[in-house]
Amino acid sequence: MHKRFGRTEVLKGVSLDIPRGEVLGIIGSSGSGKTTFLRCINLLEEYEVGTIELDGQAIGYRMIAGRRKRLRESEISDQRAEIGMVFQSFNLFPHMTVEQNIMLGLTKVRRMPSAAARTLAGAWLDRVGLTDKRDLYPYQLSGGQQQRVAIARAVAMEPKLMLLDEVTSALDPELVGEVLNVIRGLAHSGMTMLVVSHEMHFVRDIATRVVFMEGGRIAEEGPPGEILMRPRSARLVSFLNRFHGTGSQPAG
Amino acid sequence: MDGQQTFWQAAWIARFALLNGLLATIELSLLSIAIGTIIGSLGGIALQYGAWPLRALLRIYVDTLRGIPVLVLILASYYGLSLAKIQISAFTAGVVALGGFCGAHVSETVRGALGSIPIGQTEAAKAIGLRPFQRLWYVIVPQALRRMVGPWVNTAVEMVKGSSLLAIIGVVELLLATKQVIARTSIVIPFYLVACLAYLLLNFAIAQAGALLERRFSYIKA
Amino acid sequence: MVYYFNFDPVWRGFGKLLDGLALGLEMAVVSLLAGTLIGIVCAHARLSSSALVRRAVWSYVEFIRNSPILLLIFFVYFGLPEVGIYSLDKYQSFVLTLSIYAGAYLTEVFRVGLVSVPVRYVEAAKAIGLRPFQRQIYVVFPVLFRIVLPSLSNNLISLFKDTSLATAIAVPELTFEAREINTYTFRVIETWLVASGLYLATCYAIAFALRLVERRYAVIR
Repeated sequence: MHKRFGRTEVLKGVSLDIPRGEVLGIIGSSGSGKTTFLRCINLLEEYEVGTIELDGQAIGYRMIAGRRKRLRESEISDQRAEIGMVFQSFNLFPHMTVEQNIMLGLTKVRRMPSAAARTLAGAWLDRVGLTDKRDLYPYQLSGGQQQRVAIARAVAMEPKLMLLDEVTSALDPELVGEVLNVIRGLAHSGMTMLVVSHEMHFVRDIATRVVFMEGGRIAEEGPPGEILMRPRSARLVSFLNRFHGTGSQPAG
Repeated sequence: MDGQQTFWQAAWIARFALLNGLLATIELSLLSIAIGTIIGSLGGIALQYGAWPLRALLRIYVDTLRGIPVLVLILASYYGLSLAKIQISAFTAGVVALGGFCGAHVSETVRGALGSIPIGQTEAAKAIGLRPFQRLWYVIVPQALRRMVGPWVNTAVEMVKGSSLLAIIGVVELLLATKQVIARTSIVIPFYLVACLAYLLLNFAIAQAGALLERRFSYIKA
Repeated sequence: MVYYFNFDPVWRGFGKLLDGLALGLEMAVVSLLAGTLIGIVCAHARLSSSALVRRAVWSYVEFIRNSPILLLIFFVYFGLPEVGIYSLDKYQSFVLTLSIYAGAYLTEVFRVGLVSVPVRYVEAAKAIGLRPFQRQIYVVFPVLFRIVLPSLSNNLISLFKDTSLATAIAVPELTFEAREINTYTFRVIETWLVASGLYLATCYAIAFALRLVERRYAVIR
């Protein structure tokens, strides 16, 4: 998998190549551009400069005779089906049951017959441990359960890439663990993921590479052990010092 | 023939005139509500999601029709359409005016309801790859419907009341029919009260229908 | 179909149109004031402890709100003489009807407003020993009016538009004058364009003026 990206203003030239199966942790303070970056990838945000390629296919825009042209909405929608996203505020569809939430993409986008969709939805619901909640509505679930459903909804589409945008930030602390377990399971099964998060231990645990963003740029990049234990830049040091228990010390 | 009739005698004699008037009122109301709802649904979606030239045009339509009195609209429609030498009855001119007025209000209602859906819903729908129409149909509109019912019922009631204004251009709906009966029989207050009762019942029925709709659309909200 | 625009007859009658506009505004304002009085009284009644009073006011409000104004106008204009009241002319009859109409809507406005007055103001007023009536006047009302100001402005605009119905009993307000010009000169499009324009302009002007007042007064600290 191959990605290149660059943008002025909010994102001042960000460039990344992400191989298949990598779990990329993105950390940084608010306003560093990390969420914007994530949202540009599945074109929830527009960007001025740069290209995104997923498995060799250009996302969102196409270069025609040297000029960038935005793809049709239907094409963009099809591309989004290959990229799964989980939001900080879950964004489950309140007027549908848990099962229907997961099935919607399968039946309407993947065009699966509803019996097959139901089976697949059931399987993923099982994976996240919520089979018995199948016929409940989102409002009847706890935050952690809702987020697990949201993950199942995204992953049931079998995307090539998953984007996770601060998915535990809106949860009560005791509910965070169940969500992180699910994500860990996904990572171990080889899903390519971009994880924006504040949970430093978690990032250290599952990420294969960590990126620290600051002021719209990538300030530091490297394996989690390096980045989080032996930060090099002063900004990363001060950033990490706000989180207890990472045991970070400035590189001597 | 000229003696003092009792109200009940007069009412019995006039029953067909009044019932026809009531029928005309119901017909006018239903037509204008139907037309207005169709225009308003499309208009509301366009106002919320359309390209800016379309939105500007619709804004002008909505703000104009809501800013002038219904009666002016009706008179303009009546005199204007006959000017264009379109053979048009007062009834049709009235329906055009009322339908257009209803459309403006419903547009605003629909737009408001659509806009009140949190943007996260649209984003989640986009994220699973749904196309624009699919997003509207499966995610946004079902949630918006519940918020539209209340204002829509209010507009429907306004249409029933508005149909009475067509009496001024000579359409024999309930109000004009009542006036005609009063002119014939010189019995004033009781007949007006009867007409009032009829309108009250009509509007009550609409309000009940609305309550039913609202219950039916009450998808549990998070 | 060719239509030659000729605004002259309209401009010649413009003075009459403006007179009609002024009359309409006047009637709207008077009705609003009268309606406010009715509304405040009835709003308090709606919150009274007596179920009978509550229901009576509720009936009044529902009755008026579900009846066509035109019907009410005719009812008052033609009905009052039947019970012996002959002294009202067209103008007074219409304003009476419109006031009663406004009163019904304003009852709801003030009821909601009264309920939204933060309890702590009332409690503070009680604490310094003000009597109920004094409390209402000195403490509740100022807050109440700031809360309901937006609704009042909306109601004024609606009432102004409703004055067009005075045409039905030949009160010479804007719509009546426009219709006269239309009937005698056949300048249909021009007449109604100008009339509509006048209504729109006035409504925007009212909205704008009241928004300024709102900005100054409607914030509760």
